[in-house]
Amino acid sequence: MPSRVADAPNETALIEIQGLTKRFGAFTAVDNVSFAVRRGEVLGFLGPNGAGKSTTMRMLAGFMIPTAGTARVQGHDVQNDSVAARRVLGFLPEGAPTYPEMSVEGFLRFCARIRGFSGAELADRVDHALGLTTLQGVRLQPVETLSKGFKRRVGLAQALLHDPPVLVLDEPTDGLDPNQKHEVRGLIERMAPEKAIVISTHILEEVDAVCTRAIIIAGGRIVADATPAELEQHHPSGRLEDVFRALTMPEAA
Amino acid sequence: MTKTLVIASRELHAYFATPVATVFIVIFLVLQGALTFNLGQFFDRGQADLNAFFTFIPWVFLLLIPAITMRLWAEERRLGTIELLLTLPITQGQAVLGKFLAAWAFFAIALLLTFPFVIAVNILGSPDNGVIASGYLGCLLVAGAFLSVGAAMSAVTRNQVIAFVLAVAICFVFAVASNPIVNDFLAHNLPALAEFTRRIAVIDRFTDFTRGIIALRDVIYFATFIGFFLFLNTVLVDQRKAD
Repeated sequence: MPSRVADAPNETALIEIQGLTKRFGAFTAVDNVSFAVRRGEVLGFLGPNGAGKSTTMRMLAGFMIPTAGTARVQGHDVQNDSVAARRVLGFLPEGAPTYPEMSVEGFLRFCARIRGFSGAELADRVDHALGLTTLQGVRLQPVETLSKGFKRRVGLAQALLHDPPVLVLDEPTDGLDPNQKHEVRGLIERMAPEKAIVISTHILEEVDAVCTRAIIIAGGRIVADATPAELEQHHPSGRLEDVFRALTMPEAA
Repeated sequence: MTKTLVIASRELHAYFATPVATVFIVIFLVLQGALTFNLGQFFDRGQADLNAFFTFIPWVFLLLIPAITMRLWAEERRLGTIELLLTLPITQGQAVLGKFLAAWAFFAIALLLTFPFVIAVNILGSPDNGVIASGYLGCLLVAGAFLSVGAAMSAVTRNQVIAFVLAVAICFVFAVASNPIVNDFLAHNLPALAEFTRRIAVIDRFTDFTRGIIALRDVIYFATFIGFFLFLNTVLVDQRKAD
């Protein structure tokens, strides 16, 4: 696949999910979900709490084992070729977990070392990630002393460290103030042409702002998969919020 | 292997970044010293060896090692960092081995800090330092065995208290399996089992080391023991990581 031209129209999707299902006992958290994301796409993953967003993302990152179905990242099956899939993936887990006693720089250096960087390249990667997420001012602070917004950006920096072709970000702007949200959205937009990006969010305006496509999931099933503009036409008011309510409320009741 | 060592080094630094390391090492040295000098009658015996020291150390390990290992995986789950760690491009085996090596290195450091005992017997008499060295090797292997049990138990449950109690219980079974009380009882009632428990017992093997005997079968025993529990640990992490 490296020989393919980046903007070729028939390029294989960087993320391919087929019939992905996850059951916990009798409860089906994710039910036969299929979609593909190509380079240049920013997919907004929407849905009420408990709809299966994080579970789908965890399966995509190889953290949860699907009950059925397959997920591929740049052609690598997340179960059979797990390490290769994770090498080309940048993943921000829900809640942006980090080791509290480590400094921001120490944490990023650890992640970079695991990803096989060393010496000057490692320092460059860490500096670059700190720059992208504007964390230079707190690089030596222990993560536990940082505010929620900073912690979230540390998690984001970790996901961007190796400049992965595929980014899966679970609520990347949660806990950020409006200025920081604006910055992160700008960052995602700038990276978008080179990558396939999936973000989950509760903030519908974000979908309009950065996503080229949106999937709404409710009760573990995909109930809509379209561009934000197309989705808005689903409801007479033309507001994404009303479309979201109309599509997800029956499941919630 | 590099990735395993990166994980191990991060873990080891984490011990010393928090008060865990200091508190643990101080308690270990005080407890081990008190047991050796008082209960072990180090001075009254009038012998230049570390037998009293080696007699008590597995029991101190039995109590303290599960206290270190109970947080190994439970803490990763509590912080959510398990999701981060296991979505980095490493195998679960590397993560398990890295954590184990860090804990083992930590115990090696704690053991090294018991050097005043060695100096003391060398000043007071002329001990067989070869026997002492082999005893220390035995200590390290017992620590490794108990650590591997504790680490696996930490992966069983996200509750640290349960992980601690399970680890103590299992280590205790392996520790007393060769005890005459247990063995005589089994020999009378279940002769087949008595033979088996003597073979799997940790203390008998350890005693060989404290007598200065480094037998290949004992080394293989410890390697198998640790290998088995690390494998169990990997399976448990795989099965339960997302619970």
